[in-house]
Parts: sequence; C-alpha cells; structure tokens
Amino acid sequence: MTGPAGVLDVLRQATGGHAEPAGDGDAVDGVPARFVAAPGSTEEAAAVMRTAAAEGLAVVVRGDATKLGWGTPPRRLDLIVDTRRLDRIVEHAAGDLVVITQAGVTLAALGERLAGDRQRLAVDEVVPGTTVGGMLGTGVAGPRRMQAGAVRDLVLGVTMVRADGVVAKAGGKVVKNVAGYDVAKLITGAYGTLGLVTEAAFRLHPIPPAAAYVSVRLPDAASAYQAAQSALHGQFVPTAIEVDRPEPGGPVEVAVLVEGTEAGVAARTAQAVDALGPGAARSDRPDWWGTLPAGGDPSVLVKVTTELAGVGRLLDGVDRAAAAAGTTVAVRGSGGVGVFHAALPGTDPAAVAAFVKALRDAAPAWQGSVVVLAAPPPVRSEVDSWGPVPGLDLMRRVKERFDPDALLAPGRFVGGI
Amino acid sequence: MAGLSELAARLRAELGAAKVIDDRQELRTYECDGLAHYKVVPGLVVLAETTADVAAVVTACTQVGVPFVARGSGTGLSGGALPHADGVLVVTSRMRTILDIDRDGQRAVVEPGVINLHVTRAVAPTGYYYAPDPSSQQVCSIGGNVAENSGGAHCLKYGFTTNHVLGVEFVEPSGEVVQIGGKAPDPPGYDLLGTIVGSEGTLGIATKVTVRLTRAPESVQTLLAGFDGTDAAGQAVSAIIAAGVIPAAVEMMDALAIEAAEAAVHCGYPEGAGAVLIVELDGPASEVDAQFAQVRELCEKAGAFEIRVAADDAERALFWKGRKSAFAAVGRISPDYIVQDGVIPRTALPEVLRAIADLSSETGVRVANVFHAGDGNLHPLVLFDDAVPGQAERAEEVSGAILDLCLEHGGSITGEHGVGSDKAKHMPRMFTAEDLDTMQLVRCAFDPEGLSNPGKVFPTPRLCGEVPGRHRGAHPLVDAGLAEQF
Repeated sequence: MTGPAGVLDVLRQATGGHAEPAGDGDAVDGVPARFVAAPGSTEEAAAVMRTAAAEGLAVVVRGDATKLGWGTPPRRLDLIVDTRRLDRIVEHAAGDLVVITQAGVTLAALGERLAGDRQRLAVDEVVPGTTVGGMLGTGVAGPRRMQAGAVRDLVLGVTMVRADGVVAKAGGKVVKNVAGYDVAKLITGAYGTLGLVTEAAFRLHPIPPAAAYVSVRLPDAASAYQAAQSALHGQFVPTAIEVDRPEPGGPVEVAVLVEGTEAGVAARTAQAVDALGPGAARSDRPDWWGTLPAGGDPSVLVKVTTELAGVGRLLDGVDRAAAAAGTTVAVRGSGGVGVFHAALPGTDPAAVAAFVKALRDAAPAWQGSVVVLAAPPPVRSEVDSWGPVPGLDLMRRVKERFDPDALLAPGRFVGGI
Repeated sequence: MAGLSELAARLRAELGAAKVIDDRQELRTYECDGLAHYKVVPGLVVLAETTADVAAVVTACTQVGVPFVARGSGTGLSGGALPHADGVLVVTSRMRTILDIDRDGQRAVVEPGVINLHVTRAVAPTGYYYAPDPSSQQVCSIGGNVAENSGGAHCLKYGFTTNHVLGVEFVEPSGEVVQIGGKAPDPPGYDLLGTIVGSEGTLGIATKVTVRLTRAPESVQTLLAGFDGTDAAGQAVSAIIAAGVIPAAVEMMDALAIEAAEAAVHCGYPEGAGAVLIVELDGPASEVDAQFAQVRELCEKAGAFEIRVAADDAERALFWKGRKSAFAAVGRISPDYIVQDGVIPRTALPEVLRAIADLSSETGVRVANVFHAGDGNLHPLVLFDDAVPGQAERAEEVSGAILDLCLEHGGSITGEHGVGSDKAKHMPRMFTAEDLDTMQLVRCAFDPEGLSNPGKVFPTPRLCGEVPGRHRGAHPLVDAGLAEQF
C-alpha cells in the first residue's frame, strides 16, 4: 500500500496531472471521497483503475453528477473517476446511422453535433446535463423510448475498463452483430458496478422533418388508460404516448407525439385526435413533456413499471398508496412503454416508507416493480430502495466475477452489490 | 459411456421412458442442425415437455458433470445446436404451447418450441404480429431465436430478437429455475436478459419466453428495381438512407444470385439485371405514400432501368420469392456452397463487393451475393464442387477471406447466424483475448463448470476457478432486504 500522497502521485501520473485531493463537493450521497481523477483517454482510465485495484480504492464514476443521488449510497468511497475529460465524439458515420462517442460527452453536445446531419440518438435528455456515461449507467430514457427503444436497444458496443484495469470491448460499431455475449447490455443500467465505460457506439435515427403533439385532459385514471390504449392500438404509429397526473385523484393529461413527413404528420395528427377521444386537440409540446416529476424540496423520485395493460391499475395504486401514507404524489410516464416516475415530498421519511411499501405490495397487480431512484439520506435509511429482485443470486455471481474485491461503486446497486 | 447409461436410467425413472432416447439409430436423427456438415451423434436425447423436465435433466447433468445442449427445431446455421457426443441433447420441440396472448399489453408468452411464424398466426386476428422474421420462420423455434438473437429481413427498422423479448423463464446450469423480466420493462438489477438472448445456449435454457407483439402496419408497399450492377444499387440504398427514410426492408441480390433464383423459382426479375433491390416500406398509409414516391425517385436517379411496384400481396410475395429462395436456389447452379454471414458498415458496401469480386476472379471461386443491404449484413454464397479435389478447401479460404474483409471495414463475423461451432475459431480475429476473457466472466457467473453447450462461441474455454475472498450465497437477511453484506 502506498501512502495518500503517493496514491495521488500515481493517479497524477496516470492522468497527465488530472488528479486532486477530493474537495467539499466530492461526495456521493453524503459519503466523501479522498481523491478525484479525470482520465482523458481509455488508456488513462485503465491506468487509474489499475491504481485503484492495486491500492484497494473504492471507486465511483461521475460525469456531470446529475444523477449521483440515484442508487443507494456507497458503502465506502476513496476515488471519484470524473469522466468529463472524455469529451470527444470519436466518429459520426452518418451514412451508417452510427456514432461512437466518449462517455463524458453530454447528450446536449452529442445532439447538436448529430443534428447537423439531421440525425439523433433517440434518447430524450430527461435529466438536463446528462452525459453519455450517465445515460448508460442508469439506463434513463424518456418518451421516445416507446418507438425507438430503450438505451439498451440503441447501444451497439462499449469500450470498458474492468475493475482490474483491463480494457475490453464488447459488441461493435455495426447495427447488426451477434458475435459473442452482449456485455454492452449487461453494463447498461448497472450503475457503474461492473466497469467504467469510456466509449460507446450507438445506433442513430434520422430526425423526421415534421412533428406534432396531440393532448387531452381527462378526469380520471380509467379514462386516461382508455385514451392511452386507444392510441397504442391505432395504426398511426405515435413516437410517444405520455401520461401526466400532478395530484392524486386529480385530472390526467394524455399527450401523444407524432413525427414523420409533413404530409404524413398532418394525416396522423387527425388520427391521434380521434384516438384520444372527445376534447383532444393538437397542442403545443406540454411543458412537462420529457421531464421527471418533482415532489418539492427535498423530493423523492420513485420509478414504477407496469405491463401495458396495467397502466390504469398503476395510477389507481399510486392514489391508494398516497392516501394510505398521507402524502401527495405526482406521477408521469409512458402509456406505451410502462415506465412511470412518481415524485413526492421527502420531508417525512415514515410517510415515504409507507408509500413505497403500499405501492410495492400492490405492484404485482400490474406485474411491475417499484424502485426508489433518488431520496434524501433520512428517507434512504427508512426505505428499501430496490425491493424484490428476481435473479439476484445470478446478479451477485456476475458482480463477483467482474469485481471480486467490490471496488466499483460498492453498495450502490441491488442487494448491496 | 457408463455415466450416460446411468443418467438415461435416472431420467427414464424421473421423466418417463417415452421422453428419453438412447437408441443409436434414433440418436442419429439429431446429429446435426442446419449446418449439416458438422455431425456429432448425441450421447442421449431428452424430449422435454415441461419446465420441470428441463430442470430435471439439467440438474441431473450437473450432478454427474455431463454436458447438455439445447435444441429447438434444429435450423441454426452455425452449429449452435451441434450435440455433444458424451452429453445430453435437450430437445424443446414438444414445448409448443402459446400460453398467453395479451393484446392490450402487446405481449405473448410462449414455450420455447413454438414456431416463430405460429406466434404471428395466433395473434394475427388481434391486428398484431411478432416482428423478428428469420428466413426459416416457418420452421424455426422461438427458443432457438432467443439463443441466437435471430434477425431477418426486417431488422433494419424493427430490430432483432433481443429487442422483442421482454422476459424468460430460465433454467440455470445449476438446475435452478428463475424468472428474468416479464411483461413489464426494466426489472431492477442487471440486464441479465440482454446477456441471455444471443448467448447461444451457453448460459442455460429458456423454458418460457415473453415476447413483444407489434401492431400490423396500416400500409405496406414494395418495389423491385433492376440495376446494371451492385454499385448503382448500392448508391440507391445510400441515397434512401441519406434521405432519412428507414425502410422496413432493403434486400439486394447480384447477377449470380439472380441467375440461381431464376433457375429455381422463375421469379421473373428484370431481364439483364446485374443487381436487383427489393425495397419495402410499411407504416401509416400517409407516411408510406409520401416516402414511397421518394424511394422510387431515388432508385431512378441511381440508375434503375426498371422498377416494378407490387400491386397486391400476391405480387409482393412473388418479389420476395426469389430473395427467400436464394440460398437453396444456388443448389441449381452449384453442387455445393457455403452460406457466409458477415456484416459491414453499409457505406462500405461498394468497396467490399468489389473486393469480393476481385477475390472471386483471383481464385476462380464463384461467389453469389445476397444481402440485407440496409444494415450491411452480407450473405455471400461461396460455390464449389466437393467432387473436385481441393475445391472445398479453396471455397473455405475464400469464405474466410470475406470475413477478413468485413473485419477490415469495422464489421462483424456474424450478423444473425451466430458463432456456434462454426465461427468460434474466428472470434479472436474480431476480439482481443481481454474481450473474450470479459465475456467469459459472464459464462463463469452462470455456468462455472462449463456444462451448458460447451465448445460453442468461444475458441478456448476459460477456467473459472473460485472467486477469491468470496463465499457462495448471501446471508438470508440480505436476501430479505433487511441487511447488507460485504
């Protein structure tokens, strides 16, 4: 073991001088780090991870720190690996609809670059400032997921640094490829517990020339479910079907996005109006569109999933859980994907715990799961953030193989992984 | 093998004699899959009918250290279901029940032996279909599709099996049955499902599969365009993509492939064509109408000398007939042939096709090209006559050199047929030792003894060993979510 000053020296050597003692802001969910290192290449990242492995440093990877409060707090933390120097878009093969980008590039910067060729990575920037690495780590996506697929469906390959500092690639940079295991999917949504992604390749989509929103305000969950179903089973192929209910038992807005050619969108917008029923009309983009709901300050953010036939049951279940816990709650999500987010005030830990428990007890009725994404520390300690995890034993075995010494984000993920 | 006869006796007692085959003649029926030049007679065959059957076989195999290989319909083209001589072949083709059709939730739950096309047939009355359509879809099984992450002609727009499977009930190599995923998306934890789909049966056996159902499009339009050669046809494809159109399918055939198809099925493709393109658009009628006119124009600009538009489903089927029969049709113009499966970035198409042509003329080995042009998935058919000494070897060399071309252009050694037995040797050309080692960490987590379909995918197995400093299993309090370990 090297002393703290020695470790910093080694980290500086590894990163061309881009390593510092941790400052006041360098904590993860209240757990302070000792060092921050910012590699500028895969090679530097590998050197950093080799140092971490040799010194037994617990590592959390950080991009723009927009979702650093997601996942349970780390059991221990020594080193934050800051990916923001990995800010290069490596290759945009427009004719192949593929982009290769480093992990520290923000979705905004990537979007700007791709828009020049009328293309996009079809993942909404749900949390402003999100980097490619943060998107991969959490798997967070927005309304467009319904048509374009989840992050895991769009990632073609990754370059990663393992906990032991070994650099490995998985997948490739072509849209069709079945050679070997799809480790890129495994690492997507793994909260940085299996490896440090330095570079990734994604499938892109053309930006359609025209877009329109159609929305309707409905009195209750049942009618919102019917409207969402009607849009889902239509043949006008909506890009997204979103549902927003700001208050328990209150009115629900259902909004549909239609994208395509000018002529096509005009015709399909009319179909969407028909599908959503009386009161539906073409509208501006709703101001809540593509954002996560907020529950005040501090706020608790809960991800709730459902089978598509269970959207109405989920909305009712959220109502009942809020009533049982004596809390208010805002809920928003996709009627075509089955992923919803609920936000409630984080001031009363017992109320949040009661809400989560009630919702989790009810969730089998819509075959879904309930995961607490973000919560202030007093709430975290009162709730089970992940709930039941089918296949947990297999997941533990995967983690043990990839990171036997539990250096990567220890305790951040399901079952204490 | 003494161990196998004891195993056979045990499985007869547990599952019933009718499900266990050990007669040598009967076993020979299962000696190969769709890649028929690899042949291994399995040690034992079990015709599983339930999840419990599969779990019982796997448990028994694991207890005595005997390898097991899963097989659906046996249509795979990479020897993924090639049996193990001292192992058990677990055949799932009797597990053919469609368990649940959930139109409102856009899901179906099926057993692994269900035939791909039967899912679409069963759900068609609700206005839905199952999108992945490998060309063997009339006979291939969903279980096999899951193992191979099967594609098809419509992948460009709709994706592969992995994008359409939401959950599996899965028998781990330990014999444990776990449910991974289901009708709802994003189960908490690692995306084990994303790793299982396409793992070619090396991580365990799926016994139930939850699939996404896709709404049938309002409109489908298909055109057939004849070009002087593949360069012009390739330009048309590039122009279509550059215009922001994502067709449901874009298929190309070159002169030799056309010749074979004409000889076999008289598909009546444009006379004198050096290449034909089939372009299919689907979706809302208003979009298809707008884009179809554009596609037609782009084909003309690229030099199409004849464009036919399918007037109805019958004519569309005729366009596709030539394409879909192409592999078998090559048998009309050559006694033997190798079906290759490689991928390149679409923009490298003209360059790679010229290089294949050069390779062909240098070696005197004829190559017919059929491919999914939209996503750069090539299926060169390398022709030879096994009766002529040396030809098979030369064809193998040309076939291998084509994969090298794919890799030189940043592509892949397989787009949809899988690695299996056939291409395990090529994996080190695409991946470093570290890449392969990392993949095998997954293998070790699922199957530390390496009993599930050994010898496939990886050229050399990784010795898993024990994980240092870790003990198996979690504390019950951790499992209950009441405490954290480590």
